[in-house]
Amino acid sequence: MTNTDIDETSELVSFPIQRTCPFAIPPVYTKFREEAPVSQVVLPDGGKAWLVTKYEDVRAVMSNPKLSSDRRKKEFPVVVPGQNAALAKHAPFMIILDGAEHSAARRPVISEFSVRRVAAMKPRIQEIVDHFIDEMLKLPRPVDLNQVFSLPVPSLVVSEILGMPYEGHEYFMELAEVLLRRTTDEQGRIDISVQLRAYMDKLVEEKIANPGDDLLSRQIELQRRNGGIDRPQLASLCLLVLLAGHETTANMINLGVFSMLTRPELLAQIKADPANTPKAVDELLRFYTIPDFGAHRLAMDDVEIGGVLIRKGEAVIASTFAANRDPAVFDDPEELDFSRDSRHHVAFGYGPHQCLGQNLGRVELQVVFDTLLRRLPDLRLAVPAEELNFKSDALVYGLYELPVTW
Amino acid sequence: MRLEKDHDRCIGAGQCVRTDPRIFDQDDDGLVKVLIERPRGADEAAAHKAVFICPAKALSLAED
Repeated sequence: MTNTDIDETSELVSFPIQRTCPFAIPPVYTKFREEAPVSQVVLPDGGKAWLVTKYEDVRAVMSNPKLSSDRRKKEFPVVVPGQNAALAKHAPFMIILDGAEHSAARRPVISEFSVRRVAAMKPRIQEIVDHFIDEMLKLPRPVDLNQVFSLPVPSLVVSEILGMPYEGHEYFMELAEVLLRRTTDEQGRIDISVQLRAYMDKLVEEKIANPGDDLLSRQIELQRRNGGIDRPQLASLCLLVLLAGHETTANMINLGVFSMLTRPELLAQIKADPANTPKAVDELLRFYTIPDFGAHRLAMDDVEIGGVLIRKGEAVIASTFAANRDPAVFDDPEELDFSRDSRHHVAFGYGPHQCLGQNLGRVELQVVFDTLLRRLPDLRLAVPAEELNFKSDALVYGLYELPVTW
Repeated sequence: MRLEKDHDRCIGAGQCVRTDPRIFDQDDDGLVKVLIERPRGADEAAAHKAVFICPAKALSLAED
C-alpha cells in the first residue's frame, strides 16, 4: 500500500473558501479551527499551503519574522492569477517587503496617518460626507448608495490626502474594480497594472513640478532632502494608498448600512448616542473581515505554529476572518453585537504590516454612520435583502450595489 | 510596573493612543510616546490592554 501525494491532495480542501451566507463564516473554517487549526489546503495552481484559523495562531503567523511577505520570491503561494506578474510592473509595495526594507518604506509615511493627524482631518471628512448626502438628496429615488455615496466619500478623502485631482477618480475606480475582481485573468491583471502604473507615474511627475500641501508632496520633499527622488517607489506608494483607501472603506460603508437597515436594534443603538459608534465600527470590522483571502506568508526557516512544524519553503495562509470568529477570544462570535469591545480584532491585520490607514478608515466610518443615519432617518433598502449581490468572488468582500430609498 | 517602549519595533499603528490617550501619544514621526511610565490602578489595566493590542509588540510591562 503506497501513500501517494495524489491521494493526499485529493482530500485537501481548496482555498480560497467562498462565503455563501453574508453573515455566517463558511462552516469549513469552523471545522478546521475546532479539529485541525493548522492544516494543509490546496491552492488554485495546485500548490499547497498551511491554513491557520485560530486567533492566537493567526497573530503568531503575522508577527513572525521568519515568515516572509515577499511576493517576489518564486515559491510564494499564488492565490490570484497573475498577481506576481502584475506586481512586477511596479516598484515593490511596502506590503510585500520584510524587515528593514519594509521599515524603510513605512517609516516616512506613518506620521501622515497618526491618531492626531487623522483627528485633524475629521472636520473635512464631515464636510465631504455632508456634500455627498446633499448631492444624493437631489437624485430621483431609489439610488445605488454604493455609486453615489459609499465609493465617492473615501475616494475624495484619499484623493485629497494624496493631492490627486479628483477628476481622475472615475477612471481610477474602474481600473481598481477590475484589478480586485478575483475572476480577472492573468493578462487582464497585468494590463490594468500597466495602466495604473502609467497613471501614477504621471501623478508623481506633476507633483514634482507643482508641489502642494499633501502626502505625496511631503514624501517628494523628504526624498529630495535625503539624496534623490525615487519615482517608481513614490508611484507604488500612491497606488497602494489609493487601492487600500477607497474600495475597502466603501465596502465597509455598504455592509454597515446594510446591517443597520436589516437589524433595527443595531440602528437604534447607533442613533441613541454617537458615543456608541466607535465600538460599532470595530465590531463591523471584526464581523465582516472583508479582506478574507488571508495573509500569505512563506517560511524562510522551520517554524512551529500551533504545535505544527512548518518547514522552510512552505506556504502559510493566516485567515483573519476565521481568527475574528474564534470563540476562544470573542464570546458568541457569530453574533454582530455593537455593545462588545472587539478592538483587538485582526481585520486590519497584525504584526508589522498592520494597516497604515486603519485610524483614517475608522474615522470615515464613524462620520458616515453618524451622519447618514441621522440625516436620513427614513433610509431603507429599495429591494428585498435576499436580492442583494454580495462580492463573494472579489478579493475584498462587500456589496456590488446597495439600492436604497428614503 | 513600568511601561517600556521599543521604537525600533513601533510601526505607528496608534493602537496604544486609541486605548488610552492619557497614557500614550505619538511623536512627530508617528512613533509611540509613553506619558505615564508607571501606570497604577485603572491605568495599569489600560496599559495591559495596550500591550496586548500593539500589533508590533513594541510595548511591554516590566516589574520594578
